[in-house]
Amino acid sequence: MNRTKGDEEEYWNSSKFKAFTFDDEDDELSQLKESKRAVNSLRDFVDDDDDDDLERVSWSGEPVGSISWSIKETAGNSGSNQEGREQLKSRNSFSSYAQLPKPTSTYSLSSFFRGRTRPGSFQSLSDALSDTPAKSYAPELGRPKGEYRDYSNDWSPSDTVRRLRKGKACSLERFRSLQDKLQLLEEAVSMHDGNVITAVLIFLKRTLSKEILFRELEVRQVALRHLIHFLKEIGDQKLLLDLFRFLDRTEELALSHYREHLNIQDPEKRKEFLKTCIGLPFSAEDSAHIQDHYTLLERQIIIEANDRHLESAGQTEIFRKHPRKASILNMPLVTTLFYSCFYHYTEAEGTFSSPVNLKKTFKIPDKQYVLTALAARAKLRAWHDVDALFTTKNWLGYTKKRAPIGFHRVVEILHKNSAPVQTCRDLKDRQQLLAYRSKVDKGSAEEEKIDAILNSSQIRWKN
Amino acid sequence: MAFPHRLDAPELPDFSMLKRLARDQLIYLLEQLPGKKDLFIEADLMSPLDRIANVSILKQHEVDKLYKVENKPAVSSSEQLCFLVRPRIKNMRYVASLVNADKLAGRTRKYKVIFSPQKFHACEMVLEEEGVYGDVSCDEWAFSLLPLDVDLLSMELPEFFRDYFLEGDQRWINTVAQALHLLSTLYGPFPNCYGIGRCAKMSYELWRTLEEEEDGETKGRRPEIGHIFLLDRDVDFVTALCSQVVYEGLVDDTFRIKCGSVDFGPEVTSSDRSLKVLLNAEDKVFNEIRNEHFSNVFGFLSQKARNLQAQYDRRRGMDIKQMKNFVSQELKGLKQEHRLLSVHIGACESIMKKKTKQDFQELIKTEHALLEGFNIRESTSYIEEHIDRQVSPIESLRLMCLLSITENGLIPKDYRSLKTQYLQSYGPEHLLTFSNLRRAGLLTEQAPGDTLTAVESKVSKLVTDKAAGKITDAFSSLAKRSNFRAISKKLNLIPRVDGEYDLKVPRDMAYVFSGAYVPLSCRVIEQVLERRSWQGLDEVLRLLNCSELAFTDMTKEDKASSESLRLILVVFLGGCTFSEISALRFLGREKASMMLFCCPPVAS
Repeated sequence: MNRTKGDEEEYWNSSKFKAFTFDDEDDELSQLKESKRAVNSLRDFVDDDDDDDLERVSWSGEPVGSISWSIKETAGNSGSNQEGREQLKSRNSFSSYAQLPKPTSTYSLSSFFRGRTRPGSFQSLSDALSDTPAKSYAPELGRPKGEYRDYSNDWSPSDTVRRLRKGKACSLERFRSLQDKLQLLEEAVSMHDGNVITAVLIFLKRTLSKEILFRELEVRQVALRHLIHFLKEIGDQKLLLDLFRFLDRTEELALSHYREHLNIQDPEKRKEFLKTCIGLPFSAEDSAHIQDHYTLLERQIIIEANDRHLESAGQTEIFRKHPRKASILNMPLVTTLFYSCFYHYTEAEGTFSSPVNLKKTFKIPDKQYVLTALAARAKLRAWHDVDALFTTKNWLGYTKKRAPIGFHRVVEILHKNSAPVQTCRDLKDRQQLLAYRSKVDKGSAEEEKIDAILNSSQIRWKN
Repeated sequence: MAFPHRLDAPELPDFSMLKRLARDQLIYLLEQLPGKKDLFIEADLMSPLDRIANVSILKQHEVDKLYKVENKPAVSSSEQLCFLVRPRIKNMRYVASLVNADKLAGRTRKYKVIFSPQKFHACEMVLEEEGVYGDVSCDEWAFSLLPLDVDLLSMELPEFFRDYFLEGDQRWINTVAQALHLLSTLYGPFPNCYGIGRCAKMSYELWRTLEEEEDGETKGRRPEIGHIFLLDRDVDFVTALCSQVVYEGLVDDTFRIKCGSVDFGPEVTSSDRSLKVLLNAEDKVFNEIRNEHFSNVFGFLSQKARNLQAQYDRRRGMDIKQMKNFVSQELKGLKQEHRLLSVHIGACESIMKKKTKQDFQELIKTEHALLEGFNIRESTSYIEEHIDRQVSPIESLRLMCLLSITENGLIPKDYRSLKTQYLQSYGPEHLLTFSNLRRAGLLTEQAPGDTLTAVESKVSKLVTDKAAGKITDAFSSLAKRSNFRAISKKLNLIPRVDGEYDLKVPRDMAYVFSGAYVPLSCRVIEQVLERRSWQGLDEVLRLLNCSELAFTDMTKEDKASSESLRLILVVFLGGCTFSEISALRFLGREKASMMLFCCPPVAS
């Protein structure tokens, strides 16, 4: 029991059992294999370092996991070998694990989940499963995990990867040559488990210079994607950007930098940050979007400061009648336009908050503009503005009714805001009025009024 | 009703075993931290937890107070803290900050983190970096399969879609393989396995490895489920992008079904309180309408209501004795039915109200046009208007993606203008959304095919063979075309209909989309099951970019009973929709077999 790690290694290295591989199918051999594992497990006392599907037997011959076993384990733990631990401390492993709390109770529930060691009378799930031998359905948690995880230096890459897959700690320190490291990585990739690939990458990241790491990953796309995702998750922005730079993925680099603005709450700081994004290597199209984003926020900051002031001063009618529900900061452009049509409709084009200025600066299409302005003015029940929206003068000075959006949409918006029938009449739009009629309640006053207007001979309908 | 229960349907395996298993495991884990403890639970684990345990079970195992994992300091005064979380980096930082704050204050407590369904090495790395590794003990709660209904299992992995299909991170593949392994230990080996997609293939291979490692585990067991079918979500994005019109699908689209239950707000309950309703086969009313096209649901419900009224009315001519019988025997059942009916009628009304408000008819019309490939310009301007009016941002994206996939990408001019308008309507930061959708292949710009191949061959000449292969891989993923039109033709996804499609008596799976479209995923499954292989589907596989990624595996052993051979487990890797579930239930009924489902929750 008090054999030190060095001793044990020597013992096994000289042992004839060494020749057996893990793949041995033969029953007797596998028993020997079991013994070896049992011994191995003793070195760290309680670590369940191996396949738990196979029943393990401890030195004393007790099945590992049984109650008597676990009592012994707990007892044995108190006198754990100091020497071995010291030896390991100096090793500075990737997986240098401190000691975990040990269960204070020796009564292990794990027996509930084991087919074979189950006490006969338990009415539990395992009864239903009794024909599956010795399968552990419980997570292997009963046994405290020991501190000597990296005692074994002889795991092959595939064994190592397998242990990692099972979530077990495993030292990767022995993979020192680049070739070994890459072999380990390939092994992980060929097993498909992303968690293991990432574990190996964490190790590679720590033990390789980034130039070498990047170079090797460039031709290993699967692993590369895992590294990128890992860096995103832990928020190692610096290394991520270096990686994109190395790979010459300029757009991803730019987007990744831009993404950071989402974490900046202060509007001024956010604006300044966006400014730094403008020169980044986006596609031509995205560059324009970034520029617009910056300009929009810049505008919003000005408008917000101004309007907050106006509102608190209480002198402006529109703000008194319709107090603002939220700040305009960080709202989309269309919302900003709506806001501006609502509060600043009549302002001269020169002011930042005027709708026309917004339309010009951001090249808002007519359609979008009319739709938004209509919604805003209808909400305020400013029917004259609504009317004017559809009035255009041609070069001879004749006025015409025109709308760049479908009239059914216009009607819908007007109806939602209970526009008076008069507005539609003023629009001289017979089709629209007919559509409106279908939306009002049958037999209502509105319907009568619409009928009266429709039948009126004094109106010259434009359609 | 259109879907009578078939008497010859095979008996379903007992999935409740999975619940007991999960509960026992959790109890076991809690007992590892003996004594009173406070439990911190991650928000999105609460619903799954509710389905298998309750507070009194937790209390019995000395859980004192329950907290939600939130990003604020813990107020707990307990000496032992237990965290039940998903393996996420932010959770590790949270735990670490609590531990470190305690350390600063000179306080010692016990901490335990239980990861569900498994822990990741990256999480342990964070604990190590934050200097709390030894202070916190880590365990795994391998709760990866939650039975939601008699024929539905959910893997409840909210990150699966994003991690795999967007980031290319394969960390959930082990979880999937473990879940499949668990199924085969509980329900016997699967004699027939089929699969399509890269993720399906990798999961299958890892699963096989697990089985080999634990050889003998499933040997000698009689298989309970005859077939298993693994399918990657990216084989068929189209179906997932269509608006749902079967009742269960509509309820999901409108109210979001989470973990098999739904929160009906005051607009449904016509009271001032919300109501949490479990939606499964035990709800007799729901069970009869869940797979029905919405247009049939009203008629059914009103018929039910009339019947109910008639039964209530019977009590009128009763004498005292009859009345006593009525009250003691029938009234309870009637009241229950009454309650269920009113809930579903309320839900229907609410759905109708919402759908008429947003021009549902026009939306559906546009979707059908996109599926059939006509009036593309009209559809494009419909989408444009949708965006301009700032209607639901998700809906707009969904339509754009549907347009992109059915058309092999958007015309560059359209792509640019739709994107610009989208950013203007919903916010400039959606630039990132567009970049993500492009990477996932959901929303792309048409690239002139020739240019790509030219670049590819040029690059290939410059590098070594091995690297060339990799580069071609990278390119082919970029150039991966959806080929939807050709596939649709090949598999006859748009049924030719003479006259009206009778939604009351569905003829094929297309009924789940009003007779306009047979879900691609379900059609592929149907074809393979019919052939018991991929034979004769080479062209389809080529069009799906899956020539190398389809597999079949049949065991020769003839232990499978004919009963079990009629049971098919379909695993959707990356989520599935209720429309697909309904379509496959229909298929199962037609073939007198039963479909079981297993999927991470619906992704969108």
